[in-house]
Amino acid sequence: MKYQSFLIKYAEIGVKGKNRYMFEDALVKQIRFALKSVDGEFEVTKESGRIYANALSDFDYDDAVEALKRVFGISAICPMVQVDDMGFEELKKQVLQYLDQVYPDKHLTFKVNARRANKHYPKNSEEINRDLGEVILETFPDMQVDVHHPQVMLHVEIRTRINLYSQVIPGPGGMPVGTNGRAMLLLSGGIDSPVAGYMIAKRGVVIEAVYFHAPPYTSDRAKEKVVDLARLVARYAGPMKLHIVNFTDIQLYIYDQCPHEELTIIMRRYMMRIAEMIAEKEKCLALITGESIGQVASQTVQSLAATNEVCTMPVFRPVIGFDKQEIVDISEKIGTFETSIQPFEDCCTIFVAKHPVTKPNINVICRSEEKLAEKIDQMVRTAVETAEVIRCE
Amino acid sequence: MEAYLDNSATTKVMDCVTEIVVKVMTEDYGNPSAKHRKGMEAERYIKEARAAIAKTLKVQDKEILFTSGGTESNNMALIGTAFANQRAGKHIITTRIEHASVYNPLAYLESQGFQVTYLPVDQDGHISLKELQDSIRPDTILVSIMYVNNEIGAVEPVEEIGQLIKSIRPSIVFHVDAIQAYGKYQIRPKKQNIDLLSVSGHKIHGPKGVGFLYINEKVKIKPLLYGGGQQKDLRSGTENVPGIAGLGAAAKEMYTDFAKRIGEMTELKDYFIEQISEIDGTVVNSKKGLESAPQIISVSFQGVRSEVLLHALEERQIYVSSGSACSSNHPAISGTLKAVGVKKDLLDATLRFSLGIYNTREQLDYTIEVLKELLPVLRRYQRG
Repeated sequence: MKYQSFLIKYAEIGVKGKNRYMFEDALVKQIRFALKSVDGEFEVTKESGRIYANALSDFDYDDAVEALKRVFGISAICPMVQVDDMGFEELKKQVLQYLDQVYPDKHLTFKVNARRANKHYPKNSEEINRDLGEVILETFPDMQVDVHHPQVMLHVEIRTRINLYSQVIPGPGGMPVGTNGRAMLLLSGGIDSPVAGYMIAKRGVVIEAVYFHAPPYTSDRAKEKVVDLARLVARYAGPMKLHIVNFTDIQLYIYDQCPHEELTIIMRRYMMRIAEMIAEKEKCLALITGESIGQVASQTVQSLAATNEVCTMPVFRPVIGFDKQEIVDISEKIGTFETSIQPFEDCCTIFVAKHPVTKPNINVICRSEEKLAEKIDQMVRTAVETAEVIRCE
Repeated sequence: MEAYLDNSATTKVMDCVTEIVVKVMTEDYGNPSAKHRKGMEAERYIKEARAAIAKTLKVQDKEILFTSGGTESNNMALIGTAFANQRAGKHIITTRIEHASVYNPLAYLESQGFQVTYLPVDQDGHISLKELQDSIRPDTILVSIMYVNNEIGAVEPVEEIGQLIKSIRPSIVFHVDAIQAYGKYQIRPKKQNIDLLSVSGHKIHGPKGVGFLYINEKVKIKPLLYGGGQQKDLRSGTENVPGIAGLGAAAKEMYTDFAKRIGEMTELKDYFIEQISEIDGTVVNSKKGLESAPQIISVSFQGVRSEVLLHALEERQIYVSSGSACSSNHPAISGTLKAVGVKKDLLDATLRFSLGIYNTREQLDYTIEVLKELLPVLRRYQRG
């Protein structure tokens, strides 16, 4: 079957009251953007509570569906055939032709669900349902009616033209990116942080990312991997700015001045501080991390409290209560897993102590950090100012 | 200054190679199997390359088979002879310090019912002739031993091995992986009793994606690739004419002024070994002089992780490889460094510097200078 258009269904936007138009406009914009990467020309329109994506040329159907499946805010994608209203007899033929092409195997139960937006149409919805059902049963003896749980729900919408659709492809859900502010993701190159970014973007938040690079302890390939991950997340979250901070000098300074078992926690605190400074510059209102309670020494509740303490912005940790496998499942679903498991060292592990503190005392940590007083502020400023920015899309 | 010291990974292509590759790609681009003039012109390049290469080894032209490179040559040599000779036996002998492109075809052959004996090496990386002799069984059909080890540059006594094998049973096929040796040694398969010899183009300043396998005309071997019957049915597929022409040019060049070139390279190697030995906490795993390959210098640096040092050198435009602590999953194989007894704490602290024809003494001085500067800093910051 050759479809020319998609009916886009959305869920949560429908309940957003007077802001509804804003959410719909954002969704239209995101759909247009997503379809730009697909061969073919499309027109995305909004009419009476519906969004349609119509192809104006030949297009790659599979690519278009894949692109739409990555647009947050879409709850379902319905490939649709539009026919001209040439009378009910003609509609019968069109419906039969549609079913015949979409369902080669007719051992199916069905139900016709007509809606009549054009009230001048000579038959009402009940009549359309009944008469179309009858001709379907006559023509395809293998098909049976089931009004409660049909395998095929054939929608017939009578508008200026007539829409036929029966297939429903689930969308990713969530809300359109751009409807919920902006946040800064701490992207490490592991499995968790891309998932965290995905989850927050799914709630409509525009995200940017920051990565801490520590040459020569971390290689250019590790950096390349993070750029790749940012690009993968950007397939859902839209074009993303990635800030690459050179962290080597700060790390070595901490190594020189502070007890080694506190190294990781102090380092994480400086990452949060730097991320927050860049976030402020970029007008972000929150930070995002891929932390999950107890996963490693720096993610015990005590450690999280100690790193959280340095920020005033809210820190979103969407995978905080997830087990590793649950995070892995999402990363496989969104296609970041393969990239995340490439074995390059990240800067959190290079100087890790044999027995890092797992229950840091904030007062003790603060006293250790006092030993950095001489140079650290300048170093942090330099790190923020010299951060390299890569646009990932 | 840039110092590319990773020539055992790959080399910069020589100008005479680039010229001929471009000429074939843009002017003489015919299919060598075509019946018209364009085809004949292309075929001529292959003939000339074949003749040039055969001359460097003093073998017959028809004994050179062009392949896609070292890996294919090794695969063809091992799998091709194993299956062609399996009625005579299913036992193969190799060493514990071979390249993955030898191990992994052998692992495949093991899964197909062949048995493989892996010979240990001494601390210089040499196998024992006695052990080889004791390992040869009535059903042994193939012995595969590398000429020059790619990690430390150890040179196996290929001629003695060839003699020994043939004195026991002439029908045993002797394969030599010469990927790190061709262009560095005068190799004489007929004299050294080598039946199969693998060579790669891009290790000798030739193009990537091309190599050859010398096959003694008496050896029974089966193809890996089937198709249009090119290269006397031994390797189907339209010949990579630009690559082959480039490989021929590189081979010819490498063996022109050979003694002088290798003499200079050996001097550079010895100089580098002397200089680097003077730095505290270094252990050189390669030998000076002709005892090990002229281009490979393996050095362990106490208290420094090789990967970190590699990236620190990279920031100063010095490019090297890290010696892999273990390059195989096969239980019998331990990796060259372990096999020659490099201490456990140095396995992960070893770099390979490898020379090519374009390296200069100034580049080596610069490298030594940078190492002296980096090592104290890197040693100060360690894990744990």
